[in-house]
Parts: sequence; C-alpha cells; structure tokens
Amino acid sequence: MRRIDLRRLGMGAAAPILALVVALTITSLILLLAKDDVGAVWRQFFQAPKPRQVIAMINAAVVFYLSAVAAAIGFKMNLFNIGVDGQYRVAAFCAALVAGWGSNNGLPGPLVVVIALVVAMLSGALWSGIAGLLKVGRGVSEVISTIMLNAIATNLVAFLLAKVAHQATGSNVRTTQPIAESAWVPGISLDGIIATPEKVYGLIVLAILVGVANWFLLGKTRFGFDLRATGASETAALASGVKVKRMVLVAMLLSGAAAGLVGMPLLFGQDYAYGDTFQPGLGFAGIAIALLGRNHPMGMAAAALLWGYLGQQAVGLPINAGVSEKLVDVIQGVMVLSVVVAYELVRRGGIAMEQRRVAAQLAAQRARERQPEGVTA
Amino acid sequence: MSSGLQVGSTVETEADGAARRRPTWFWYAVVGAALVVVSTIRVLTGAHDIDSSGALMAATALAMPIGLAGLGGLWSERAGVVNIGLEGMMILGTWGAAFFGCYYGPWAGILGAIGMGIVGGAVHALATVVFGVDHIVSGVAVNLLGAGAASYLAVRTFSGLPSGGPTQSPPLAQLPFISIPGVGDALKSIEESRIWLAADLAAILRALTTNLNILTVIGIGLFVLTWWVLWRTPFGLRVRACGEKPQAAETLGVDVYRHKLIAVLISGGLAGLAGGFLVLVASNLYREGQTGGRGYIGLAAMLFGNWRPGGLAGGAALFGYTDAIQLRGGGDVVRAYLLPIGLGLVAWAVWSLWRKRQGKPVIGALQVALGVLVLVWFSLIDRVPDEFTRMLPYVATLLVLAFASQKLRMPAADGQVYRKGEAK
Repeated sequence: MRRIDLRRLGMGAAAPILALVVALTITSLILLLAKDDVGAVWRQFFQAPKPRQVIAMINAAVVFYLSAVAAAIGFKMNLFNIGVDGQYRVAAFCAALVAGWGSNNGLPGPLVVVIALVVAMLSGALWSGIAGLLKVGRGVSEVISTIMLNAIATNLVAFLLAKVAHQATGSNVRTTQPIAESAWVPGISLDGIIATPEKVYGLIVLAILVGVANWFLLGKTRFGFDLRATGASETAALASGVKVKRMVLVAMLLSGAAAGLVGMPLLFGQDYAYGDTFQPGLGFAGIAIALLGRNHPMGMAAAALLWGYLGQQAVGLPINAGVSEKLVDVIQGVMVLSVVVAYELVRRGGIAMEQRRVAAQLAAQRARERQPEGVTA
Repeated sequence: MSSGLQVGSTVETEADGAARRRPTWFWYAVVGAALVVVSTIRVLTGAHDIDSSGALMAATALAMPIGLAGLGGLWSERAGVVNIGLEGMMILGTWGAAFFGCYYGPWAGILGAIGMGIVGGAVHALATVVFGVDHIVSGVAVNLLGAGAASYLAVRTFSGLPSGGPTQSPPLAQLPFISIPGVGDALKSIEESRIWLAADLAAILRALTTNLNILTVIGIGLFVLTWWVLWRTPFGLRVRACGEKPQAAETLGVDVYRHKLIAVLISGGLAGLAGGFLVLVASNLYREGQTGGRGYIGLAAMLFGNWRPGGLAGGAALFGYTDAIQLRGGGDVVRAYLLPIGLGLVAWAVWSLWRKRQGKPVIGALQVALGVLVLVWFSLIDRVPDEFTRMLPYVATLLVLAFASQKLRMPAADGQVYRKGEAK
C-alpha cells in the first residue's frame, strides 16, 4: 500500500518533467521546420540570467501567482473562472481610482493601500459574482458568462477611463489620477543575495499571504473540505449536506476577490496608476499556471516562477537567436497541453493500478474462503 | 439586422423538424415586424444609417467571420466536444491565409486558412478525444498555442517582405466580388428616396445582390451544407448522436472516436476559414491581434442560436450588425433603438401586470422602471458612446442566456469526456 503511494507520488512528479521534455522536443521540431537556429534558441533560454533579470522574473511571478490562485479556487470546485482577466482589470481600475483620490487628499499612505486592496477584492468579487449569480440562479455556464463579462469589462473600463482620464503632457496614454508617493509600497532589496539595485515588489508579501490563506482555507478548514468535495462529486456533497448552490456562489466570489488582487503589485510597485498600458493577458496566464501547478500552492509558485523565467529569457531571443520572442507563447502552450495530457495519463494509470490491486486482493480473499471449505468437505 | 435575420430565419424554418418548434409563418411575421419597426424608427429619428445598404453590407462582411467561427463551434459541440479554442484556431487561420495567399494567390489563401485551422483542430482533438483531457482546459491551451504560433510564424515569414513586417503581412490580392447585374441602380434610387418601408426593402435587396465577395457566398453555402449534412444525412445523425449519448451510439456500432475526431477537425477548418475571411476579405492583410476575440463571439453566437445553424446565423448577423454600426460611428443609430426597446419594455410589463401572468408584481415594476430609464436615456443623449455600442452583443448574449436558458438546449453529452467501453 505504502509502496504504491510512493510510486504514484513519483509518477505525479514525473508528469511535469515529462511535459517539459515534450515541450522542448515539440518546440525544437517547430524551430527545425521553420529553419531557425535551434541551438541558439536553447542557449538563450538556458543561460544564467543576469541579476537584474532575476528580479524581473520574481516580480512577474508574483503577479502570475496571484492570478493562478484566483483560477485555482474555481478549479478546485470544477468551476472555470475564465473571467480572471476581466475581474483583475475592473478591480485594478477601481483600486487605482480610490488610491489616487485618497493619497492626493491627505489620507495616510498605509491606510490608502489597505483601502485600495479591500476595494480591489470587493470589485473583483462583484464582477465574478455576476457570473456566480447567473450560474446559481439561471443555470448559465460560468465559462460563457465570464467570457462575455471579460469583453464587457474591457469596454466598460475603457469608457470609464476616458471619463476620468489624466493625460500627462506629451503622452497620449490615458491613466487614472497617479497615486501620491506617500502611498507607494516600497520594493524589497535583495542586495544581500543578488547584487543589483533593482527591487522586488513590496506586495510580494501579499502574494505569500494569499498563498498561505488559500492553502489554509481550502486544505485545513471544513469550508475547504466542502468546497473540494463539491468539486470531486456534486451528488456526494449534496448527500452529505453541502449547500451546493451557496458553495458555487462563494467559490466564485472568493475567486473574484483573489483576481482583484492580481493588479495590485503592479499598481503600487510599478505603474502607480491604471492606464491603457496596464499589463494585459494576466488572467489566461493564471489559468495556465494553475493547470501546470496542479492547483497546489507550492506547485503554482514553482510554475509561476517558471513562467517568469521563460518570459524574461525570451526577451533576448530576437537579438541573440534571431527568433521572435513570441516563441515563448508556443513553448508555454505546448507545456500546458502536454502537462494536462501527462496528468490525465498518470491519473488513468493510477486508477488501473488501483483496480488491479483491489482485484488481486479480492481474488486472494476468495481463494482463502474457498480453501477451508474444500478441506472440510 | 433585418437582412441577417431573414437569412437566419429562412434556414431555421427549413430545419424545422421537431414537433414543438414554432411554425414557419411565425418567423416570417417576426422578420416582417422587425422590418416595420426598424423602418418606423428610421423615419421618426432620422437615423438613416440604421439599415442603409452600406451598413448592411458592412454587417454582412463582419458577420461572416463570426458566423463561420460559430459554425465551427456548432460542428464540434454537436459531436459533444466543447470548443473554446476557436479563437486560437482562427488566429492560426489568419496566418495560413496570409502566408499562402501571399505566395500562391487568394484561392490558395483560403485553403491555407482551412489547413492551419485543421492543425489547431487536430491539437484539440488529440487532447480531448484521444487523451480525454478536459475540453475547457484543452481549449485554453489551444488559444495560447494558436496566438503564440501565429505571431512567431508571422515574424519568421513576413519580416523581410516588401511592405510586410513582424506583425503585418504584405497586402494580398483580392478575391473576386460578384453582383447580380441590372438591379443595383434601380434599388439605389429607391433606397435614396427614403420612403417608409420601400427604401428599407430596397436597401436589404441591394446589400444582398451587389458586390458580394465570393467568400461570403461560399460561407453562406457552408451554412446550408452544414445544416444538410448534420440534419439530413446518416453521417450527421451519427455525429449528433455522439454529442447526445455516445454510449448509445457505441452500442449501435457507431465509431464514436472517429466521428468526434472528424467533427473537431471540421470545426478547426471552419474556424480557420473564419480567420481567413478576416485576412482575405475584411482587411486584405494579416495583422497581429486581428481576430479581436471573434472566436469567442462566434461561440456566443452559437449559444445565442441554441446550437442550430439558423439561430447561429441570426446571432452572427446581430453581432455583425452592431459591429458595423459601431465602426460607422453609429452612436445615433444605437440611440434610435433605445426608443422601441424602452417602449417595448414598458408595454410588455404593463401587459403582464394587467394579465397577472407573472404573478410577481415586483418584476413588472422593475421592468417599467427599466423601460422608463431607457426612454429617459434616449431623450437625454444624442448618441450612445462607442464603448457601449461595442458592449452590446455581449450584454445581449448574457441577457439571452439569463432569461432564455431554460429554453436553450445544448447537446446532452456536450463537454463530457467519453471513453470507449465505459458505458454506464
């Protein structure tokens, strides 16, 4: 029994590595087909990053991680919150608005940050709550409603941004009122470890807190158990007294609240305002990272770092290998696909192994039962 | 909208097989009533672009990629495979159309678009049908992959070309346009007279008979062909059986894997062609980010149309129309629509309150309030902001899903992972 568990653990760890190998192989094949320099591409990806880049990787990973947690809360319940993309943009806009106003009107900096974080969580939850209500009340698939809400969010935020825009002179980028310096969250210097003046986002603390909270809430509380049970089998959860509809709504709200925090490290550590140039596409990256990391708090952290690493290393591709940096999207896409296929194969293999084991046990049991009968007869 | 709805509903009525569906005359009545309403508000508000032949032609051109993507979704979902990877397959199609169109002419571009779409479909089919991966997960990955692969390939292939660049292909040769000769001028003069109803009919006919791109005609043909194959041939029945109850199909000797695979490949090909339409007809070059989420809108149009080709055509026409209005700066046109929407809401609410059909006076009161709000909005503004016009199709889809989800019926085994021999 214990030996099999160990073996399954080994198989579980093997899946991501297998996926990585498959991704490298397929990408190499694509490069060969396109007659690009395969060697130069992999040299660029596997060279040691510069200290400045290490910081950029960590910073990217912080944002990715928050997005992955948001997606994972839904995944744990078999809810596909495709809408992280829209939720983080609505939330970042609202938080930027509040923070910009508060910090320029004499509110103390830390208070502004806290209020902005709460506003972000509330507005993210509000946006995902629409999808949650539609799912619970009207049976609308959350996949479709969140896709629609993403598009609505894009246009709504663009419209509101135009209403409140502060246009800096000599630039045609529209932003919200910039946050005063008192409410900036200072970066953390890693000078002792890596020699560079660059700093990681102060809100990396937020990402760690969210990760711990996610682990504790979903893994260690009764609520989390109910949530995972609903995801594993809705009928079984219903039979054991879980109010499934309420769980769906709560999970959707939590997911949206986490999604609301995605933009915060960028807002308080880099951009200090929400504008047209705010980093897009974080929602879908989060989904991919959650899949790669198996919705596990540590797994997702590793995947987020991997995403950050690949993204940063790809920046040098056009210069050093003469290949578009977009290649990284291909690698990431192949990696996600091969990892889910690998997990599926491992899962099915595990079930088959379990079935064989139980069958063998039953056969042995029957044999034992039959034998004494034979002796007495 | 009227022209598109007409196309949609005629196909719908032909497909009328099930007993509890509405009779044929109902759809003609709906189209006729819509035409009268549109014509009336055109005359009342002076928003003549509401159904000008120019707007309708633009709407047709914008509806085609959405409709073709939706048709791809229809094939896949009728076979029980949810396909949110349409967007990625469409992006692959845009590159395929531009690359092959650039070197071998626009007709090869069409084939290139279909071929690249099929590649995307093959990835989705491999993951979902062969390996049994969750359909949504695979779709998300295909979207990532499609977008990445297309922009990587674009940099690789279009960078050095004259007036091409890393994110843009050189301009491509055009596909031929066809017109029915001899009617255009007469219709034009009727349309320009702006007479109630007559001008509107002329505009619709003109949009349908002059300067139609050959690919538009092919696309409309594909709609009819899809309906015929899926609902009138044994193969189509088997495909749909795989989407409704694959285990039952299996017991009757249908090779479920094979039918699902074929359906998803066709789905990819159609989505690729949708991308190709954008490149070859709508803009005559490849540009990064060209699809702009149209794969998702196609999916929405398919839901909107209740997983049927006729309804899908209607949904695509609606989306294409709002797109066209928005592109033509038609904030005033959208404002004009607020009038019948507001009046309709109030009338409906009053009627249901009076008949006590709802039994819920709160909802009726809310409807009246909403209707009055819309009317106030109508009287206060000159034009609806562009952002709201752009939001319209998505909000409409959400509302349809929210209020008609009980009447929508998706294939029973849609999205379920099927494994051979695991019949329950």
